[in-house]
Amino acid sequence: MTVRDALNSALDEEMSADPKVFLMGEEVGEYQGAYKISKGLLDKYGPERVLDTPITEAGFTGIGVGAAYHGLKPVIEFMTFNFSMQAIDHIINSAAKSNYMSAGQMSVPIVFRGPNGAAAGVGAQHSHCYASWYASCPGLKVLAPYSSEDARGLLKAAIRDPDPVVFLENELLYGETFPVSAEVLDSSFCVPIGKAKIEREGKDVTITAFSKMVGYALKAAEILAKEGISAEVINLRSIRPLDRDTINASVRKTNRLVTVEEGFPQHGVGAEICASVVEESFGYLDAPVERIAGADVPMPYAANLERLAVPQVEDIVRAAKRACYRSVPMAAAA
Amino acid sequence: MASASSFSATKFAQPLPLNGTTSRSHDKHQSFFDPLRTTPSSSSFLGSTRKLRLSSASKLKLLANPNRRSAVVAVSDVVKEKKAKSTTNLLITKEEGLVVYEDMILGRAFEDMCAQMYYRGKMFGFVHLYNGQEAVSTGFIKLLKREDSVVSTYRDHVHALSKGVPARAVMSELFGKTTGCCRGQGGSMHMFSKEHNLIGGFAFIGEGIPVATGAAFSSKYRREVLKEVDCDHVTLAFFGDGTCNNGQFFECLNMAALWKLPIVFVVENNLWAIGMSHMRATSDPEIWKKGPAFGMPGVHVDGMDVLKVREVAKEAIGRARRGEGPTLVECETYRFRGHSLADPDELRDPAEKAHYAARDPITALKKYMIENSLASEAELKAIEKKIDEVVEDAVEFADESPHPSRSQLLENVFADPKGFGIGPDGRYRCEDPKFTQGTAHV
Repeated sequence: MTVRDALNSALDEEMSADPKVFLMGEEVGEYQGAYKISKGLLDKYGPERVLDTPITEAGFTGIGVGAAYHGLKPVIEFMTFNFSMQAIDHIINSAAKSNYMSAGQMSVPIVFRGPNGAAAGVGAQHSHCYASWYASCPGLKVLAPYSSEDARGLLKAAIRDPDPVVFLENELLYGETFPVSAEVLDSSFCVPIGKAKIEREGKDVTITAFSKMVGYALKAAEILAKEGISAEVINLRSIRPLDRDTINASVRKTNRLVTVEEGFPQHGVGAEICASVVEESFGYLDAPVERIAGADVPMPYAANLERLAVPQVEDIVRAAKRACYRSVPMAAAA
Repeated sequence: MASASSFSATKFAQPLPLNGTTSRSHDKHQSFFDPLRTTPSSSSFLGSTRKLRLSSASKLKLLANPNRRSAVVAVSDVVKEKKAKSTTNLLITKEEGLVVYEDMILGRAFEDMCAQMYYRGKMFGFVHLYNGQEAVSTGFIKLLKREDSVVSTYRDHVHALSKGVPARAVMSELFGKTTGCCRGQGGSMHMFSKEHNLIGGFAFIGEGIPVATGAAFSSKYRREVLKEVDCDHVTLAFFGDGTCNNGQFFECLNMAALWKLPIVFVVENNLWAIGMSHMRATSDPEIWKKGPAFGMPGVHVDGMDVLKVREVAKEAIGRARRGEGPTLVECETYRFRGHSLADPDELRDPAEKAHYAARDPITALKKYMIENSLASEAELKAIEKKIDEVVEDAVEFADESPHPSRSQLLENVFADPKGFGIGPDGRYRCEDPKFTQGTAHV
């Protein structure tokens, strides 16, 4: 099952199960979704529940929030999360803070979803990972699926959740196929928010990653295994709440940590994980934490520079080896 | 309609034509514009939308009928018509008049008390008072049902009171007490009451408009998708002249008209965005004209006259309730105090302030009621006395109420606090009774 089909089926099933769920955004209806995530939904649910909006991020995001105040369950699609900057006031100020400001009177059951982070060759303004931005805000839940199982289970959980959820997809994963179990295909399938998944068990070094970087971390773990290093790969799934327990338990076992993300290093997800491990498992660390992140520059357009600006599998391999005190040649970018 | 479209902007070339004795009101011009009579019914415009959905059929029908009159008509017409029809020649009954008067007095007395309490250090932060604009809040909100929603701005105390939130709950909120309508977690600029469908004071310019549009969207959705056939709830969005230069205003006028949402956009044009004069900030200062530009009626009304506001509000709310779509109403009003209690208010001309002070909406209503024998001086005095007691009681109540407990700090961040994570034992951290006792990891 592709990630695209996983997202599409999750949307379809949740819309079918609950008439309060509706989808709103640019090109979600007649165009079938800019990335075809909403394919077929307009025909099935009609234009009252699959709403093509004008190009008005601030407007339609706020409309979604207002509808959620009155108990509807909007799914707001950003064509990409880069455009959510036009609507961030509503995500942060109108959605995330209302339950608190109203002392629990106004819950906001809304999902903001769309592709996040670097695609390919689209330049600086279209290649920004917002995971750490949204994850720094109380009142938001921030999810980042990697596989088809994640995509289905987390999107269903997000739609059923009574709070605002930022759901960060990755354009380059949409077409990827992952094997799924019968359980995942069941319409009741749901993945708990706030729980990370250990994608691969290991004992020498812990690698944390989310979204597309989970795939890179798994590839790195394979390479490392050939060289006798057993890496444990944690798919974070949920950026906020962050599953500190799973991360710390793993680090206490392996005593080494490499964090991987595509976003910028400063105040990033890796920085937060590092802080958590230093706070809770300092005595267990046998090596400095290695933090792999995107280069601290706006995304360049040139293909070779772009490749240098985002983490690559070999960067993760090198960092893991450094953490395990294996001698490695100096890396240029990592 | 030629009068509206040929309306010359040169009239507003002088920076402040308001300080004289003439009203800023554009009464001599027809202040209503029916978009359905002037929208060109060009079918080629819709031609490329092969499978045009939504209410395309009805839309085309409307366009094809150039003589269709909208439900909202010019203020002066309504007033004239009413006068002609009504045997008593009065715009309001005694009972209605007393309710309206009481609500306006409550708004005024409450805000005056807020100023006192602010200077005594009982409330803090930004406190924006509503004095002078009471005719708008009362004129509109008192016509609503409880199920109807109100979305306000940072200047939201009086909207909350008009919508029925008790003065005690609002005052307590301002004092930061746990008995406040948001248990002290919202504050002056963030009044919410689910029970009264007051869905927020929004502190940022333009922020409330999409939220209000979404509330109106939910009424339509409930009626059309969830088949709650008698859901005819209306939403009022209140905002000021400064907001009308913000993009979210235009985005939502468009979508509200496009989807025929049951909403009234109520502009409280008090002429000043803090220290920025409306005339200095706006290319065409007649805000109501932006309604027709988006295909909805635009109405201008004297916002210092609660009876005129009521007439316009009745039409606009009725139109929304009947499913005929949104209306833009520009209420020409004035705030008698600075932008907030922290504003030294040095830029507004004293003559301008005096001009509007002389048009105090409460004094005007009082005069009308007495002159038309709708109420005696004594009756109105009794109302004032009663409200003084209500406000005094609210202060006492707020003062005596407890501060929020420490454990309240971490509550209400999420409706489902499982968001705070799952512990190693598989239990949710929030289930730990000590969870709210300290700074928990989130």
